[in-house]
Amino acid sequence: MRVLGIETSCDETAAAIVDEARTILAERVLSQEALHIPYGGIVPEVAARAHLDHLDGLIARTLDDAQVNLADLDAIAVTGGPGLIGGVFVGVMTAKALALAAGKPFLAINHLEGHALTVRLTDGIDFPYLLLLASGGHCQLLVVEGVGRYRRLGTTIDDAAGEAFDKAAKLLGLGYPGGPAIERCAQAGDPQRFPLPRPMLGRPGCDFSFSGLKTAVRQTAQGLGSLTDRDRADLAASFQQAVADVVADRAGHALDQFGRQGPLVVAGGVAANATLRARLKALAESRGVAFLAPPLRLCTDNAAMIAWAGLERLRLGWTDGLDFAPRPRWPLDPAAPKAVGAGVKA
Amino acid sequence: MSNSKTIPLSDPARTEALAARLARLAEKGDVIALSGDLGAGKTLLARAFIRAYTGLADEEVPSPTFTLAQVYEGGRWLIWHFDLYRLEKPEHALELGLEEAIDQGVVLIEWPERLGAERPRQGLSLTLDFVADPQARLARLEDRGGWAQRLERIGDE
Repeated sequence: MRVLGIETSCDETAAAIVDEARTILAERVLSQEALHIPYGGIVPEVAARAHLDHLDGLIARTLDDAQVNLADLDAIAVTGGPGLIGGVFVGVMTAKALALAAGKPFLAINHLEGHALTVRLTDGIDFPYLLLLASGGHCQLLVVEGVGRYRRLGTTIDDAAGEAFDKAAKLLGLGYPGGPAIERCAQAGDPQRFPLPRPMLGRPGCDFSFSGLKTAVRQTAQGLGSLTDRDRADLAASFQQAVADVVADRAGHALDQFGRQGPLVVAGGVAANATLRARLKALAESRGVAFLAPPLRLCTDNAAMIAWAGLERLRLGWTDGLDFAPRPRWPLDPAAPKAVGAGVKA
Repeated sequence: MSNSKTIPLSDPARTEALAARLARLAEKGDVIALSGDLGAGKTLLARAFIRAYTGLADEEVPSPTFTLAQVYEGGRWLIWHFDLYRLEKPEHALELGLEEAIDQGVVLIEWPERLGAERPRQGLSLTLDFVADPQARLARLEDRGGWAQRLERIGDE
């Protein structure tokens, strides 16, 4: 069984082919990061146009890499949301056209489900497991009970983790994307110098909050006047430490609620942060549970995870109609209790 | 009739109370533009506004920085929440459906400056400024069309 996956929901144009033996036969990613650097953030329309320009050729090269034809595939899977709607449209229309032309099943995949199931592609683990998904648009803790079965334990009540990194980097005059920029800058910094708040730390439950931390970074930076390189490094390190403390605290609560011996799995671009990974690994070790983090290239947005989620669904006999409409909001667990006092990233 | 008003907000709860007051005065076709630096409290204010407007006290209101726009039901008309932080070209707001949203109900816009000359000339402009007390903000409200009388009724009660 072989499935082609397409991912265009944010700033990467990506295609990949995976098979049932958990092999990634081919994968190609065209990062639009270089296009976005002048803007200090992802620019939605730039993203949609660039996806449109590059996706066809990228798919053709991916098929060549895997030495397969469309006829050799068992299905076409594509990110159907959530995400920037222009980009999602480009991917979905392309996938529908391919499915129709080749007479193959079409699968619209929730981008978050792609992240949630990645560890089954990389490590082949069984359900259930606890997942921390931390990216530019999301920060949530989920129990992954099965394909299509997700129980949200907590989520951010304001900004996503990656959004906090991006905005803190902007406040410090660092570059985009904010995650790597903060991490690089923080390497030489003293994480103890600035006592930034730890929103939600010690509070019951598993919800996150990062908005107050962003405001504190702003006020600290303003209090210093003009920032020296030392100030920037120390503030970046203090910020990163605060995020890691909060995330580890919330993940600890989630492990309590999960009530099983793990494993704890991380996914999403923020999982690339080494300080955060180390904290979560230490948390897992202190609880005696396994800690799994897929390789970085599969933690950030990619098409292999979409192909894999498509394959998992196809195995269960689930496919989607060609009348599927892209979904800018698409919660994995629509039944999740609302995070009280909060705005929530779906 | 005043065209502008300045209201000191001593803490986030006051910001939320102002938002609820504005929500009760909002009418179809209103554009409420929210300005202020990163961390000033625009999303906090928008969230309180949406909750008051829809009457759903625990409605989930994410920062729409990632998705650019969210829409909510539950009030008399739809309420749209735009965050244009990542918008580079003003004309792209048209592709987001800003004009249609204004036709449908009440529109909150964070980072309205991103619209440049495309910025709607109607409704209320609200700017949150930092002051010495880190908990406090100064709200500057300005009528951009249709709000002069309603501004009279805010903050003096």
